[in-house]
Amino acid sequence: MASVTYKNVYKRFGDVTVITDLNMEIADKEFVVFVGPSGCGKSTSLRMLAGLEEISEGDIMIGDRVVNDVPPKDRDIAMVFQSYALYPHMSVYDNMAFGLKLRKTPKAEIDRRVKEAADILGLGNLLDRKPKALSGGQRQRVAVGRAIVREPAVFLMDEPLSNLDAKLRVSARAEITKLHKRLGTTFIYVTHDQVEAMTMGDRIAVLADGILQQIDSPRTLYKRPNNIFVAGFIGSPSMNFFNATIVQEEGKMIVDTGDFRVEIPAEKQATFKDVVGKEVVFGMRPENIHVPQYAPPGIVAAPFDVTIEVVELLGHELNIFATSGKNSLVATVDTRLEANVGNKIGLVMDMGQMHIFDKNTEMAIR
Amino acid sequence: MQQIEAKAPESAGAKLVALILRVALAVAIPLIAFWVLYQGFLFLRDSDAPKAVIVLVAIIWGVGGVAALYWIFNWLVEQLPGDWTARLQPFVFVGPAMAILIWYLTLPVYRTFWLSLFDRDGFPVGFSVFKPWTWITGIQSPSFVGFANYTNLFTERLLQEALRNNLMWIVFGSTLSVVTGLLVATLADRSKSERVSKTLIFLPMAISFVGAGVIWNFMYEVKPPGEAQIGVFNAIVVALGGSPHPWDKWVAIAPWNNLFLILIVIWLQTGFSMVLFSAALKGIPQELMEAGRVDGASELRIFFNIMLPYIRPTVITVWTTIVIFTLKIFDVVWVMTGGQFGTHVIATQFYRQSFTARNSGIGSAIAIVLLLTVVPVLAYNLRQLREGQEGF
Repeated sequence: MASVTYKNVYKRFGDVTVITDLNMEIADKEFVVFVGPSGCGKSTSLRMLAGLEEISEGDIMIGDRVVNDVPPKDRDIAMVFQSYALYPHMSVYDNMAFGLKLRKTPKAEIDRRVKEAADILGLGNLLDRKPKALSGGQRQRVAVGRAIVREPAVFLMDEPLSNLDAKLRVSARAEITKLHKRLGTTFIYVTHDQVEAMTMGDRIAVLADGILQQIDSPRTLYKRPNNIFVAGFIGSPSMNFFNATIVQEEGKMIVDTGDFRVEIPAEKQATFKDVVGKEVVFGMRPENIHVPQYAPPGIVAAPFDVTIEVVELLGHELNIFATSGKNSLVATVDTRLEANVGNKIGLVMDMGQMHIFDKNTEMAIR
Repeated sequence: MQQIEAKAPESAGAKLVALILRVALAVAIPLIAFWVLYQGFLFLRDSDAPKAVIVLVAIIWGVGGVAALYWIFNWLVEQLPGDWTARLQPFVFVGPAMAILIWYLTLPVYRTFWLSLFDRDGFPVGFSVFKPWTWITGIQSPSFVGFANYTNLFTERLLQEALRNNLMWIVFGSTLSVVTGLLVATLADRSKSERVSKTLIFLPMAISFVGAGVIWNFMYEVKPPGEAQIGVFNAIVVALGGSPHPWDKWVAIAPWNNLFLILIVIWLQTGFSMVLFSAALKGIPQELMEAGRVDGASELRIFFNIMLPYIRPTVITVWTTIVIFTLKIFDVVWVMTGGQFGTHVIATQFYRQSFTARNSGIGSAIAIVLLLTVVPVLAYNLRQLREGQEGF
């Protein structure tokens, strides 16, 4: 059990800097998810913590100990790999026991821990099998089991679910969350899947181009994204962005996209008074755009008109891809809407949920 | 073929016709090929064109002729109704190879086995291994000795020596080739000069066994004490204050002088094992080693507990392949010592008995013993290769 700290960490491969000035404090027993598109440096950050990549600059601490030059085996960590990396020639039992045997743990203790882990993961009757005789889900659980038996201070997981089929992934997700509660250990989990990130993490660290964009709870990340990248990355379908100007007319403050104009609620006007007359990026999540007759009560509705281009009915939700002049947008609306391609319809935006970003810095204005 | 047959269940008649056609293809193609090639040979032999032209024509005639033959037969088979094409097409290509293999390999083995049952006078007049009705006269003839050649083989001193030496070749030759190959592959994999070092170690592979023998004869060259030593080994030993030795021809340390012959083959074969091990090592997923590192394994542990088991199929394949090489070893011994100084091996004894002593009976017996020793290793080798290909 330990906290983890990244302090001004850089990682360079030759001339290429893949991690820039990473600062992060992860509390003991916290479940933190690193998320970002491929190549954003999330795996590299994890591998530096594991000791599988050297740190070019800065410090990584586990607990109070700087581990920059500590070999992986002495860092008191365990890791679950994307490919599971099970030893193919060893039985499930030996796979789990290998790390303990190397540490000269007494035999009875090894047996106890392996049996316990096998119970937790439902592997009890598979202990004699070789990995190749296991299904994908079973292999994944063995990989987790191999980490559990070590009773490490920090649990590292590098996209452990990405090789599972969609259905299994959902249940495995819940199992890992349960496991975290049960073990009470620090978990650091890497994924490119924002649904995994949102559902599992106490906090989520969003990385892009080797730079930490934001680290916050899932709710904060969704409600108050720091910048355009985070706003666009979290949420599905992605947030709609419109180039717009903020104009002030007769005591009203209006977002003018050139094609449609929506009014900013009175209580928010103070926030944006500095950007009046400037070009900004206006953000609105698809789920905050509604069909007027089915709009939930209590929203600050701002009407505008669109032409429907594509309609996707997913059963529980209806996504419409539409255009308003030169702007295109997605709206997740009530499934009762009878939408046809080519129809011109009126929609409303919930301006209580609006986002405004600086056009140059891409940072949120709030 | 099984799949195809499963798709279209055929009548017994169709099966029989298919069988006949398949055999006909297997026999006809090589026969026509040989005839065409022979006509080409006669034509070229009797022509007085410049040598370069003859060589060119021979190459075009030989390669092109055979290719054309396959092409024509393939085309013919493709003109047949669909299911008949499916039945016959594989045999256009596999059939001739099988037929030639039977003719060149299986039949001679069969004949050699019969020869091993007779003494040095061989088959009596009128006897043929392919005419079962002559077998009785053969067995009744005075030159028929049954399995006496085999019992002699295991009791005669020179042959016992050959068997012992072959055992040394297997134990030291193949094992050390595997160990050095593995060592070099592992170390080169982590070295910056991987390409250069691997190329250097692979180079001897390009040298024939006979060529290597000539080279190493110079390495082991011995001159009387006092004279300048031109052999590398003796030059070093003398420079260090020792006295020169004839190494591979050093009877006083027999049978250990065999090790100096084995060294040559290790020199030749390390490159082979290195290349295969190198490929296998690069095929180990990086994450597997990383998992070992996180689990707490030292690099040595990772090598023995993770990498080695992972490439086990390759190790076995390489090891058995070199065992087969060493079982059949002949050239090196023949060039270096001619089998003297206690260095005879099965193959040199076979040659000596068959062609020097002109005892075809015992020579054949040795050949059969050699074959019987190689076959299980070969079978194991092939099985491992198949399993290795299936992989994890």
